Amino acid sequence: MKMSALDRVLLLITVFLSAYQIVIGIDDLSTAPIIAYTIAFGVLLVAGLLLIILGFDVLESPIVVIVSTIIPLTLSLGLVWEHLASYRTGYLIFVLIGFAAVTLTRSITMQNKLPITTIAIVHGIAGITIFLLPIILSMQGVMKPAFALVGIGGALIGIGGLLLSFFKAGKPILSREMILRIFPSLLLLMTICFITGFKFG
Amino acid sequence: MTVQSSIINRKSKIKLYWPLIKSTQTGLLLATGIAGYLSAGTRIGLLTLLGMSISLFLAISGSTILNMWYDRDIDAKMKRTHKRSAASGELDHKEVFGVGTAVSILGIGWAISIAPFYGLVVFAGWFFDVVIYTLWLKRRTAWSIVWGGISGAMPILAGRVLAIGHIDLVGVLLALAILFWIPTHTLTFSIRFREDYANAGVPTFPSTYSDTFTRATIAISSMLAALAIGWASVLIGISAGYLRLIAVLTAGLLLLAFATFRVESERVNFGLFKYASLYMLSSMIILAMKAY
Repeated sequence: MKMSALDRVLLLITVFLSAYQIVIGIDDLSTAPIIAYTIAFGVLLVAGLLLIILGFDVLESPIVVIVSTIIPLTLSLGLVWEHLASYRTGYLIFVLIGFAAVTLTRSITMQNKLPITTIAIVHGIAGITIFLLPIILSMQGVMKPAFALVGIGGALIGIGGLLLSFFKAGKPILSREMILRIFPSLLLLMTICFITGFKFG
Repeated sequence: MTVQSSIINRKSKIKLYWPLIKSTQTGLLLATGIAGYLSAGTRIGLLTLLGMSISLFLAISGSTILNMWYDRDIDAKMKRTHKRSAASGELDHKEVFGVGTAVSILGIGWAISIAPFYGLVVFAGWFFDVVIYTLWLKRRTAWSIVWGGISGAMPILAGRVLAIGHIDLVGVLLALAILFWIPTHTLTFSIRFREDYANAGVPTFPSTYSDTFTRATIAISSMLAALAIGWASVLIGISAGYLRLIAVLTAGLLLLAFATFRVESERVNFGLFKYASLYMLSSMIILAMKAY
């Protein structure tokens, strides 16, 4: 499917917003969340650029499933590190093992359901963390109400990640055309939610 | 009527000459010169900056026009370039030579009048491009691109020299970044338009060595360019936020360089070429931010 001019504009805005977040948006945090968020928004930025340059065909690459796992894992790690101090080590171990498991199960040819199950578990836990943690924190008054937008972004990234992963695994939830049609808008909306949530939350 | 036809004639001349300066390439090289100047973080003299921009633009344009003049025979044999006005005969070649020489003299002369050492670096860039690359080596060896690269690296060094008055490590690193970035352009073109170059008898990496060697060279030179930019950025002292952004952009470049090395695909190769251009432009903008 050919990428339209509007798709390119939406992706370009996503790229600029991600760059803004990397340069300015996370400056006053401690080292670990800065690294985690830089990786998350960095993957988003590079992915946006590669989509603009190479078109939707880049999504055919087998590496996409692995790369699309990095964003929720690192974003959720940043949130846990900032707001759930007692879970830091445990969650870091989950992130490292989860990423290794996704990479391994996607690199070796397997006939069973292990690759799909691994993706579902890793994306599921990371997605729920990004979705629920900001909403709970803002409802408890620990963070401002706008921080809940990060949770909305988490929901969107969860949807995008699962759509892509299941599509790449040969069990598409939506048709290829439909996924590609909504993909740039989904990426932009998700980025706006994250940046607004972090800035005003 | 005579005045009108004279205006039309002048307009069509400009239209014919404009492609001879390769506006995108010249614009990008000019941007590197401005970034080199601003990277020093010294007080910006607007008149100096304007003079530098115009002198650099003229010197680069002059060398490009002379390159087009000299290569008109091989350009005429290549599908990609045969419509260029110097190659197609739309412009008289003596006139093209005259314009190229005049524009070069104007640019280099202006540069020397701004600051002699800056002018010397600008002249070095012109000399490497016109004499060493175009006249001497381009038709003899595939390695001529190294001299084309050195020439392309001179504007950023010139900008830096104009700002601080001497050559420093940052200036050398910035020049190396451009030198290593240029092969992603030239070598990608040499793969994509291999038949053109073969028809014209111009030695290239793919024809002299192999595609694998060429792709490996592209990947390694992209990595070296990224390394040089990263090192220069740290020495320049740009803020942590912009360093993070450069690190992210560099990671993307390395990923594509690795993919180019692993996957035999012209598409990926061209992707790296486009990304490397964006990378360099972004890096230049970030380095220029140092001034603020």
